Amino acid sequence: MGSQTYPVAGGLQTETAPSRHGYLEEIHSWIVTVDHKKLGIMYIVYALLFLVIGGLEAILMRIQLAAPGLHFLEPQTFNRMFTMHGTTMVFLVGMMILFGFGNYLVPLMIGARDMAFPRLNAFSFWMSALAGILLYFSFIGGNGLAGTGTAPDMGWFAYAPLTEKAFSPGHTTDYWTIALLANGIGSIGTSINILATVFCMRTKGMTLMRMPMLPWLYATMSFLTLLAISPLTAAQAMLMIDRYLGGHFFDTQAGGSAILWAHFFWIFGHPEVYVLVLPAFGMASEIIPVFSRKAIFGYPAMVAASVSIGFISLGVWAHHMFTIGLTSYGNAFFTLSTMLVGVPTGIKLFNWLATLWGGKIQYRPPMMFAAAYLIQFLIAGLTGIMLSVSAWDWQLHNSYFVVAHFHYVLVGAIVFMLFSALYYWYPKMTGRMLDEKLAKWHFWLFLIGFHLTFDLMHIPGLLGMPRWIYTYEADRGWGTLNLLISIGGVIQGIAVLIFVYNMVHSYFKGELAGPDPWDAWTLEWATASPPPSYNFATDPVVGSRRPLWDLKHPDDPDSAFE
Amino acid sequence: MTITKKRKATQGNFLTSTQELNCATIAAHRNTRPVKSSTSIRGSLAGLALLVGHQAVALAESPTSIFSTLSTPAHETNSIGLFVVIICTAIFAVVAALLGYAFWRFRAGNSDEHEPAQVFGSMQIELSWTIIPVLIVVVLFLATARTLFSIQDAPKPANALNITAVGHQYWWEYHYPEYGIVTANELHIPVATGNGGRVTYIKLTSADVIHSFWVPQLGGKTDMLPNRVNEMWWDPQKAGVYVGQCGQYCGAQHAKMLLRVYVDTPEQFAAWVAGQRKQQTELVADVVDSTSEAVNPSVGQKVFEQQSCINCHAVQGTVANGRFGPDLTHLMSRDTLGAGAIQNTPENLKAWVEDPQQFKPGCLMPAMHLTNKQNLQITAYLQTLK
Ligand code: HEC
Ligand SMILES: [Cu+2]
Repeated sequence: MGSQTYPVAGGLQTETAPSRHGYLEEIHSWIVTVDHKKLGIMYIVYALLFLVIGGLEAILMRIQLAAPGLHFLEPQTFNRMFTMHGTTMVFLVGMMILFGFGNYLVPLMIGARDMAFPRLNAFSFWMSALAGILLYFSFIGGNGLAGTGTAPDMGWFAYAPLTEKAFSPGHTTDYWTIALLANGIGSIGTSINILATVFCMRTKGMTLMRMPMLPWLYATMSFLTLLAISPLTAAQAMLMIDRYLGGHFFDTQAGGSAILWAHFFWIFGHPEVYVLVLPAFGMASEIIPVFSRKAIFGYPAMVAASVSIGFISLGVWAHHMFTIGLTSYGNAFFTLSTMLVGVPTGIKLFNWLATLWGGKIQYRPPMMFAAAYLIQFLIAGLTGIMLSVSAWDWQLHNSYFVVAHFHYVLVGAIVFMLFSALYYWYPKMTGRMLDEKLAKWHFWLFLIGFHLTFDLMHIPGLLGMPRWIYTYEADRGWGTLNLLISIGGVIQGIAVLIFVYNMVHSYFKGELAGPDPWDAWTLEWATASPPPSYNFATDPVVGSRRPLWDLKHPDDPDSAFE
Repeated sequence: MTITKKRKATQGNFLTSTQELNCATIAAHRNTRPVKSSTSIRGSLAGLALLVGHQAVALAESPTSIFSTLSTPAHETNSIGLFVVIICTAIFAVVAALLGYAFWRFRAGNSDEHEPAQVFGSMQIELSWTIIPVLIVVVLFLATARTLFSIQDAPKPANALNITAVGHQYWWEYHYPEYGIVTANELHIPVATGNGGRVTYIKLTSADVIHSFWVPQLGGKTDMLPNRVNEMWWDPQKAGVYVGQCGQYCGAQHAKMLLRVYVDTPEQFAAWVAGQRKQQTELVADVVDSTSEAVNPSVGQKVFEQQSCINCHAVQGTVANGRFGPDLTHLMSRDTLGAGAIQNTPENLKAWVEDPQQFKPGCLMPAMHLTNKQNLQITAYLQTLK
């Protein structure tokens, strides 16, 4: 392997990246680019920047909570930190980095030269980027430029009527709202783009059922994004009407409804969780087979499971509202629909397990993270089932058990998979390998920190600790646990810094990767690393799900089995 | 230890009393599991888990543990919860073992050049791991639905005590329509078992933003929404003090919107009700005028009534009838101030009147900037509100 590039069905020529321009020209080329690869990288870098910021906010909160009754942060500052942390991590880190990978990988994996609408793509990126700037500008502008800096403090799900003028004067809520509107427009643009790309831009021979799993999952995710972001955008518009035009959709003092916002928010918010996790499924479904040296097990079932997760997830939102006073029938319905998500999710997990079974697993950095992902995702799924038991959720809802559960999903599954994906595709994006020794440090530290924090975090929840509190009483028995949780948070922070260092260091000093460093099977590895701006000199023609396998094993091609 | 003693302990030792109480109640609770659920397999499984849960929680000694349950809704949620925990743990054990085995058994050897056999799928296997989860889901759902309906749609007994609880930014208001009582922050209800026991039904609503009413040992949380009334019930099995706190983020001092529920014996409850029904009076006796230098309750009352205190606070039977803040009519019958933020001692009371923001920064009672003399006078008056 290594330096050789694989022509796919008919003399594909590849070139190395174009030679370097001047410094300013280089920057200019990034700003005006409509190239899906450059946009993808910009998304990822932008998201990683915010990952560090959001992480810092988390660390500040963890210091404050390390012992009962601390005065490290003011109450109001703490409230701002969790609002900003949540909003940042979901919208500026999660969405952005996943769209980044989608942008970069989907066209390459389906053998296209770019996304279906390159200009829309650039527009979407800049809209989403604007959202981050707007949100963080609220630190300066929230109470007017001359006043002291501030930031939104109504929690990332911004329950009405706390967001109404009467309870949230000033402009911080407005920055939050407008930031989410801008981000939503960007997300909708990208979703349309990904859907159009997947359905219209596939190369010759790539039927839908020959498409790799990752584009499938991105298609499902984009479909969900379209359906989920719209209610959020509508709700934001209504909130602005309430705040500035005398509306009272959510203004309970004028007869508005607080539950209405909750419905709007969660009919966005729950599918949003799947919007974030589906791409991670896609990455796992690419990386696990390559490092097990086996084809993905049960591809049709995997596709069906992904799509059905997408559909079912549209009908589960009120499991965030079991305590809000639904009828018993309402609670029962959402219990059942939520539990049902477990079935296709289980199918996915078992199929990954079967992919490992009988393979020859190579524990390179991407696979280390993917292995941890499998176990952690299993746990996250099971605590999810526990929370779906509406009667028990009356106790667990809004407790640290829930915080632990969704961090298990977001960090234990999604962030682990993102690290895996970064180790896996970084060589494609930059042409250089990430350092493996640092990767091991990163992996083990992050793993230990993660489990210290989030395993233990379930327990204070069971002991009645609600979320969003800036301090707690000493007699509750939560102190020791919280101290350990905080220590775990710091360890994770150190691990991430090692990773950031590795990314920068390897960009200049890393070992050259060559087009196909992992001996993989999908089309992105058929072109140079980094790929030329046109991706493929000629349209590749594929005859199976693993075109590069067919090329490498002409005696035993997949195409013979389809 | 008798209940009355415990109550004394509560007053004397604010921070540890609930812990003590908790240990005692956990121990007692072991012997008084409801008979109902031990009749089914589910019940006995849950019973087993409950025991394990109790052991774990006894270690942590938390007065807010959801496992040391003391009323039927809490018992039932707990049993179903532990049932699910057991099933999920079993699933975890099986799948994690398989994963662990695969991780280890199928790791690549060093000198291995050949690709392993490529397997693309298997209908039978895939069907089995679709059907088994479906069956598990059916079981879990039916079990949940049973608990759900039995708690949420339980018929209200004719002699139930009705209370209305109103959430305010960072404190709680309680109405007992049956007795014409209005009070704040510390809820008193009768024990539900034995002679004269009553089940308590609480209507929940909010005066401003969403709050959530949560005392883990008595039951799950129910949200308090403005413009809407939710209802929940408790049938506490044992007298004592139970703590909890607001479960929905409601603004700056959400963290110090603490809850204290006093479950009284029927006699204690009757005595408490009698006390709360007493009106206060205007103490005109030795008043000269509000600029008087004397520090006594009568002067204190005049100072209190001439400040804006009475725009926000009510003292029934006097001119003070504000409704924005907690009702102060029987302030001294409460153990804590500021929704559990601090203990109700004379020093704390004076400090609170001086500047509540030092205890609950961001709470909705402003520092009144009165002179030290005025604070002493007001405090002297407030201390008569027994
Ligand atoms: C603007 C309205 C307002 C004014 C004026 C006001 N208070 Fe308050 N007060 C409140 C609120 C609101 C609370 C509840 C604070 C909390 O716990 O978050 C409160 C709490 C209290 C408490 C504690 C009650 C309890 O049960 O915990 C006392 C005592 C009290 N106030 C006394 C006074 C006195 C004396 C004055 C006049 C010097 C005064 N207040 C003026 C609004 C007000
Ligand atoms: Cu509250």
